[in-house]
Amino acid sequence: MKKGRICLVFVLAALLMGCSGGGGETVELDGSTAMLPVMAVLGEAFEAREAGVRVNCSGSGSGAGIEGALSGRCDIGLSSRELTEEEYGRGAVGRVIALDGVAVVVHPDNPVRALTREALAAIFTGRVTRWTALGGGDHPVAVYGREAGSGTRTAFEAALGITDRCAYTNEYSATGDVLGNVAANPNAVGYASLSALDGAEAASLTVDGAACTLETVRSGEYPISRPFLLVTRADGAYSRAVEDFLRFAAGGEVEGYLAMAGAAAPGTEESHGTAA
Amino acid sequence: MERRREKAVETLFFLCALTAAALLLLIAAFLISSGLPAIQEIGLRNFLLGRIWDSANGEHPRFGILPLLLSSVYGAAGALVLGLPLGLLTALFLAKAAPRRLAAAIRALVRLLAGIPSVVCGLVGMTVLVPLLRERLDLPAGDGLLAAVVVLAVMVLPPVIEVSEDALAAVPRSYEEASLALGATEEETWLHVSLPAAGSGVAAAAALGAGRAVGEAMAVLMVAGNAANMPAPLRSVRLLTSGIAMELSYAAAGSLRQRALYSIALVLFVVILLINALLYFAQRGGRRPC
Repeated sequence: MKKGRICLVFVLAALLMGCSGGGGETVELDGSTAMLPVMAVLGEAFEAREAGVRVNCSGSGSGAGIEGALSGRCDIGLSSRELTEEEYGRGAVGRVIALDGVAVVVHPDNPVRALTREALAAIFTGRVTRWTALGGGDHPVAVYGREAGSGTRTAFEAALGITDRCAYTNEYSATGDVLGNVAANPNAVGYASLSALDGAEAASLTVDGAACTLETVRSGEYPISRPFLLVTRADGAYSRAVEDFLRFAAGGEVEGYLAMAGAAAPGTEESHGTAA
Repeated sequence: MERRREKAVETLFFLCALTAAALLLLIAAFLISSGLPAIQEIGLRNFLLGRIWDSANGEHPRFGILPLLLSSVYGAAGALVLGLPLGLLTALFLAKAAPRRLAAAIRALVRLLAGIPSVVCGLVGMTVLVPLLRERLDLPAGDGLLAAVVVLAVMVLPPVIEVSEDALAAVPRSYEEASLALGATEEETWLHVSLPAAGSGVAAAAALGAGRAVGEAMAVLMVAGNAANMPAPLRSVRLLTSGIAMELSYAAAGSLRQRALYSIALVLFVVILLINALLYFAQRGGRRPC
């Protein structure tokens, strides 16, 4: 009995030491699922640089991430869309750390590999419903998209001038869901973050003749892109680790890491013109 | 000493029971207080009977949940249309016709089916059923109300079988003996005597199944397509549950959109309450004739 108690004390002590052993400094990130690949790379690079600091990412959507940053549930919110007036009004601050292309994807067996913006608008608003009209086989078109409010959807619809006018066959609540379901349905067309495309089975299309790559997104030649933002509170008091991470992520030396994750470094301020 | 101890244990039990009741009241209070404001702002009529759910529209957001509500109701009804006959006949077989060993084996399998997590049911629906529907019916995508109904039908089977088998087993043997003595065959007796005599139990099974189907979120999220259309068998639909699950993470805190999602939760709660009320009356109504 007594021995057991002593053991228990040791176990508890070991657990406590384990908790505080790593210096205890963490940077909690939460938000856009499209930003997770980029943040995973940046987080790892930061952890390698700053010993004892842990960067935790979770993806619950841009809106939830911004809320989290405002409420203090996480240190930094991840948003793949511009902040809204309301969010600015409540004290949110966004830093653009990267530009992301929104790639248009189809099933690998679909012969269509190029579409114009007009054709895309016609497909996504439901005016074109068969692939024959687009140079494909005699199949119906299944239009896959994200749920309303998603950063990817907002950017895609704004770039094509079809905001809130899309007729989706199916809606999904994560980037990976769209990619997986497009790869599973030969009739499907959808959109997804360029940074999530690496290793995906779905095939990416050229839009107005430009393939979705880091270079074309950065130069603006590829027409559909949006910013990746780190969101904090204007009046927030942050730990040194969080401040360091913000400086690190916005600094010039991360360009290589961004490229590794499939995102382009932001160019000049006006080059990302996505409406919220 | 002994009495005091007994008293203490009794109090503990009472407190435990109170916790469950208090939790329910707490949830109900939360749902009402967070769900009512948006309904007041939107208007009950516009909310319940509005045919367009377009919650994130920047200029004219619309919060009509009729497509979601009807999809949930049709989904549950469809699941029962498929699942109830199958479940009842299975229950009849288990309670009356099956050899004891076979019945035990099937019962174990049904219990196993009940234990399959809904996400797994959804996964099978997504990878097997949805492509099948798409190819056979030349649809753009196989997701939709029909796929949801089939998956839900599988999920309501275990409770339907279990509850109706119990009800059938509880039918007094004398009823059946009387029928047999009058010259009816066994099959006639089961269908025309045992089943009607177990009527309240069967109703309870149906209500339980309906409750399960209406409340299911994960599996339907994976096979229903989730566009907020008015329900049609082969069209992508969004149900009350999947509607909440889809949007909650993208709705800004305190926005009308988020509060409208709480209102959907309130409606879901009321629907479940109604089903439970039906269940209660079905069970009470059944006891009278005996």
